[in-house]
Amino acid sequence: MFDFLDSGQYDLLGAFWVTAQLALYSAIGSLIWGTALVAMRVSPVPLMRGFGTAYVNLVRNTPLTVVIVACSFGLNQTLQITLGGENFEEIGFRLAILGLTAYTGTFVCEALRSGINTVPAGQAEAARALGMSFTQVLTLVILPQAFRAAITPLANVLIALTKNTTVAAAISAAEAAFLMKEMIENEADALFVVFGIFAFGFILLTLPTGLFLGWAAKRLAVKR
Amino acid sequence: MNSVLYDVPGPKARRRNVVYTIVFLAVLALVAYWVLSALADKNQLAAEKWSPFVTDSQVWTTYLLPGLTETLKAAALSILIALPLGAALGIGRLSDHRWVRVPVGAVVEFFRAIPVLLLMMFSSAVYAAYTPVSSDLRPLYAVVTGLVLYNASVIAEVVRAGVLSLPRGQGDAAVALGMRKGQTMLYVLLPQAVTVMLPALVSQLVVIVKDTALGGALLGFGELLSQNRQITANYGANTIAAFTVIALIYIAVNALLTYLAARLEKRLRQGRKAAAAKDTAPIVNVEMGGASTGGL
Repeated sequence: MFDFLDSGQYDLLGAFWVTAQLALYSAIGSLIWGTALVAMRVSPVPLMRGFGTAYVNLVRNTPLTVVIVACSFGLNQTLQITLGGENFEEIGFRLAILGLTAYTGTFVCEALRSGINTVPAGQAEAARALGMSFTQVLTLVILPQAFRAAITPLANVLIALTKNTTVAAAISAAEAAFLMKEMIENEADALFVVFGIFAFGFILLTLPTGLFLGWAAKRLAVKR
Repeated sequence: MNSVLYDVPGPKARRRNVVYTIVFLAVLALVAYWVLSALADKNQLAAEKWSPFVTDSQVWTTYLLPGLTETLKAAALSILIALPLGAALGIGRLSDHRWVRVPVGAVVEFFRAIPVLLLMMFSSAVYAAYTPVSSDLRPLYAVVTGLVLYNASVIAEVVRAGVLSLPRGQGDAAVALGMRKGQTMLYVLLPQAVTVMLPALVSQLVVIVKDTALGGALLGFGELLSQNRQITANYGANTIAAFTVIALIYIAVNALLTYLAARLEKRLRQGRKAAAAKDTAPIVNVEMGGASTGGL
C-alpha cells in the first residue's frame, strides 16, 4: 500500500520540512510585524494609528492567496524582485514568507490588541503616574502582560499559519501541499493513502503546537 | 483603552508628536516613492495599463463580474451546506450518548486540523476518479466540498460554544417542563444560541469568501482571482493594475460583510439586553482564512 513511497521519487520529509520552515520563519516575521502594527495602532500619533488601522483592515480582508500570488506575479515576475533568492525554488520560498508575514501580521496585531484590552487601565495609569513615557508604558508594563494574555489567540494564529503555508503551493514553493498535488496526479489509485499521509502530517505539526501553547497559556496567565 | 496609555498631550508632547508624524510621513513617502519608481521602471504605471478598468466595460462584463459571480456562488453554496451540517455536528458533539459524541468530535477535530487546500485537492481527485461530475464543474464541486468540510467543523465548534454559553437553568427548566431532549435543543437552546453566535457565523462568511481564491490559484476554478491571468493576457501585461483591482473587490465584499456582521451584532445585543439574565459575551472567533485560519 505504501510501496510508492519507497521508490525514492517523493521527498515527503523534505516537503514537510519546507512547510515547517515556512511556518517558523513566517511566525517570527509576523510576530515582529504584528507587534510593530499594534504599537502603531495604540500610539499617540494619529497618522501611525491611521496607517495601522488601514493596513490591518485592508490586508485582513484580502485573501491570502491573492497576497501570495501577487507577490509572485507582481513583485517577482513584473518588478524582478528576488529577495536574494538564486533559483526559482528559493525565490518562491522567500516570497511565500513575505506574503505570509504581511498577512499573518494583521492577525497577530489583532490578537495582541485583544491582549492589551485585558490589561486593567489602572496599570497604565499607575505607570504614567510613575512618570513613564508612552514607550516605557507600552514595552515595560502593557505588552508583557498583553503577550501572556494573548497566548491562546496567538496559538490559534500560529496553527492557522501552519495550515496557511499550503497556499505557497500556488507559487510552486516545494512544500507539503505542492508535493501532495504531484502525488495525487501520479498515484491516482493510492488517493486515500496519499491524503491520509498528508492529513496525518498536518495533525502532527499542529497538534503539539496547540497542546504546548495551551499549557503555556495556563502556566503564564496573569492571575488577577 | 488607547487613551489610557498616554496623557492628553501637552505642548512638548504635541511638538514631539508632530516630529513623529513628519518622520513617519517621510518614511511612508520614501517607501511610496521607491514602489512607484519601481513600478514606473517596469512601465506599470502607464495610463493604458489602468484605464481599461475605468473606460472599458468589457473587462468588467467579461472577466471581473463573472469571476466575482463564481466566487460568490461558491461561497453561498458552501455556507448553505455547511450551516445545517455544522449545526448537526455541533449538536452531535453535545450528545448524551458517548457513541455519538466521540465519533462526531473526532470528525470535527480532524477536518479542523487539515488545511482547506488539501481538502479541496483531495475532493477534486475523488470527484475525478469516482464520480461522473464533468470536468468543467469539478473545480466548483471541489472548492465547495473543501470549504464545507472545513467550515462545517468550525461552525460545529461555534454552535457548541454557543449552546454551552447559555445559562444552565435554561436547559434544566425545559427538562422540568417535561420537554424531551430534542425539544429542549430545538425550541429552547438553539434559538438562543443562534443569536449569540450569529456574528461569529457571519464573520465565517468572510473566511469562506477569501478561501474560494484557493480554487482559482490551484484547481482551475474560474473565480475572481483567476481572472488576473486573462486580464493581463488581454490588456497588455498590466499585472499590478489587475491585482490591485481584484484585491480591492475582495476588500469591498469582505468589508461589506464585516459591516453587516457588526450591525447585526449591535441589533441583537440591543434586542437581548432586557431579556438576557447574564451578559452573554459574543463568541470571539478570530478566523484567519486562507487555508484555515480561520482557525484563528
